[in-house]
Amino acid sequence: MERSRRSFLKIAGISALGIGVKPVLDVIAEQHDEAVEPIVKKHDNALTAKRWGMVIDTHKLQSEELFGKIINACHHTHNVPEFKNKLHEIKWIWLEEFQHTFPSIDAEYISDHARSSHFLTLCNHCENPPCVRACPTKATFKRPDGIVMMDFHRCIGCRFCMAACPYGSRSFNFRDPRPFIKEQNPKFPTRMKGVVEKCNFCEERLAEGKPPACVEVSEGALVFGDLDDSDSEIRQVLKENYTIRRKPELGAGPNIFYIV
Amino acid sequence: MLEKALKGGVKYYVWMLLLLCGIGTGVLFYLWQLSFGLGITGMSRDVSWGFYIAQFTFLVGVAASAVMVVLPYYLHNYKAFGRITILGEFLAVASVSMCILFIFVDLGQPMRILNVLLYPTPNSVLFWDMIVLNGYLVLNIVVGWQVLEAERNNVAPAAWLKPLIYLSIPWAVSIHTVTAFLYCGLPGRGFWLTAILAPRFLSSAFCAGPALLILLCLVIRKMTRFDPGKEQILSLSKIVAYAICINVFFFLCEIFVVFYSQIPEHMDHIKYLFAGLHGHGVLVPWMWASMSLMVLAIILLVVPACRKNEQVLAVACVCVFAGTWIDKGLGMISGGFVPNPLHHVVEYIPTIPEIIISLGVWATGFFILTALYKIAVSVKEELHA
Amino acid sequence: MPNNKQMYDKGKVLAGIIVFLVITTFPFWYNRGKAAPVPEPKLTEKAKAAKECIMPKEEIRTEHMQLLDEWRYTVVRDAKRVYVAASGKEYLMSLSNTCMDCHSVKSEFCDRCHNYSNVAPYCWDCHIYPEEKK
Repeated sequence: MERSRRSFLKIAGISALGIGVKPVLDVIAEQHDEAVEPIVKKHDNALTAKRWGMVIDTHKLQSEELFGKIINACHHTHNVPEFKNKLHEIKWIWLEEFQHTFPSIDAEYISDHARSSHFLTLCNHCENPPCVRACPTKATFKRPDGIVMMDFHRCIGCRFCMAACPYGSRSFNFRDPRPFIKEQNPKFPTRMKGVVEKCNFCEERLAEGKPPACVEVSEGALVFGDLDDSDSEIRQVLKENYTIRRKPELGAGPNIFYIV
Repeated sequence: MLEKALKGGVKYYVWMLLLLCGIGTGVLFYLWQLSFGLGITGMSRDVSWGFYIAQFTFLVGVAASAVMVVLPYYLHNYKAFGRITILGEFLAVASVSMCILFIFVDLGQPMRILNVLLYPTPNSVLFWDMIVLNGYLVLNIVVGWQVLEAERNNVAPAAWLKPLIYLSIPWAVSIHTVTAFLYCGLPGRGFWLTAILAPRFLSSAFCAGPALLILLCLVIRKMTRFDPGKEQILSLSKIVAYAICINVFFFLCEIFVVFYSQIPEHMDHIKYLFAGLHGHGVLVPWMWASMSLMVLAIILLVVPACRKNEQVLAVACVCVFAGTWIDKGLGMISGGFVPNPLHHVVEYIPTIPEIIISLGVWATGFFILTALYKIAVSVKEELHA
Repeated sequence: MPNNKQMYDKGKVLAGIIVFLVITTFPFWYNRGKAAPVPEPKLTEKAKAAKECIMPKEEIRTEHMQLLDEWRYTVVRDAKRVYVAASGKEYLMSLSNTCMDCHSVKSEFCDRCHNYSNVAPYCWDCHIYPEEKK
């Protein structure tokens, strides 16, 4: 029997296709058998807003103890690890001095209060976030309520968002964080190595009607609310106090305001 | 034609074996990185991109430089370059492969890389980078292979290749422009936020790439029976000369803008690189070395007597390659991240595992390059024998 | 003229085919008689008392992967956390706090089938499970 290799391969290929078609069609047909779409919804008492924001009153933040409570509340709630190696540090909220929080303001003749104060530094959940623009997978995205959110399931760890953030708010998991979490909070997941993380405005607490952890323990120093709601407490505070934001000239639209 | 890469002299096999050892070592260290995390590198919260991305940035430039051979030949009928377009295209293939590998080893979650295609995000420059890099790789493989095969069979290349070749010309410019756009659109990084970054990238690419190509041509002439040609090398050297002058000029423009305006935040990055900042200055000797190398290269390339002397030219090309590699491969990344947006100085030094993995990727690139050049040179040897 | 009736290198080719077949069928003949027993996930007292999962047993057994994937998308990206099951009951969409609230011993439940079918879902790289506290 004189058959060329080419015709053998042609017949083998077509047979394979023919045999393979039915099982594939069966699987696709199965997926269309779904009867009802399940209902999913928010909690009834979830806090909602159009533009979440925060005012930090530095005059009410003058004790080491209070700063410690605020930072620990956040880092404990969210299983933020503590590394000895500063290069691998992960922090969602931390303290800086005036000239580091506001580097474009010349600090030579600032007030004594500003010079001696420490400033809580965190993600600004910007209106026009450069990090969201940069992310190639939409793993970081802006929610309708203003929160700049992280999807740890999707993050590929490219760290483009970290380069894009004008405020240095983002941290990367250079190694497995689990061994470095002092006390695990079982209600919230940890992260794995290779993903970026940052403050999430406690969106999981807002979903249950609770304020962010840092706000809750701040004894009124942190005011959190809907900037879009002209009747909110935060808008009142902003009307009565002169506030500054970090690097406003960059147009990112940070939503964290400081009363200095 | 692939079989031509499987047969060679002793030196060929030894070289390929050496490269395979380099690749193997790199792979082993990469497996360590996969299991431990990127913590084995020197990157930090403040300098979140390091050696890997720096190599990627530099190599995109080398890849784009193929256009410096393709353009004169196909658009302006500069017949001499017809002899070596394949060398430029195959260099582009090897370089882009290294770029893609460097991005891959830099990812924290590499198994999720398909997310970039599953969830396309046109506002992200990284998305476009993936598209243009892979497109350029395919273009050069197809065009290079087809043209070489046509040459081997003594026929004219297929007609459908022409539009692809014409496409590869702006595409080459685009891959490096898109890579520059990764950096120059970030509002928080003053060192990179300059319109001249893309032109600077292109100018350094167009001197580094052809410089490497000249060196490779000299090696080919020495080790094989194919001579890329004296005229070709001379023309390439003129391209390198102009490009390195433009590159240094662009840099001096940046210096003027930063230091005449006296804006502290902008000055700080260049001060860190060339003088050190707050006691930190690990890159200072490197940056001055880079400048010296580039200035020396300019002198050697501009003076015709030096440029036309192939030994001196080789030295000049090494200076160009080394100088631009330091500038783009070390200085540019650290310069952007230091000082950080809060004005803290956290330095970056690559670790040994990081360097070994990088060498593994370079070895992969040279493996691909050697194999492709072996094929091209074998075909040319057949024809011109 | 090449001879189309004779097989060249017959010995080498046949030897190669035999070696290939031996290697590719290795898992089958090496493991003969060692079939692992069908996995029996063990329910906790709490799970038995609840009588029903959020979906009927047969459904959830085959669909829990898709379900959890949809849950993680909905919770993280749509900010919706409440799941209304077909039975009308409402559940919080959480692996650690809902599913594993009942099925709290991973090694006796989840791992049984996962080990048998050699899958290693990476959920627990991040999502804490109750047993860890021990």
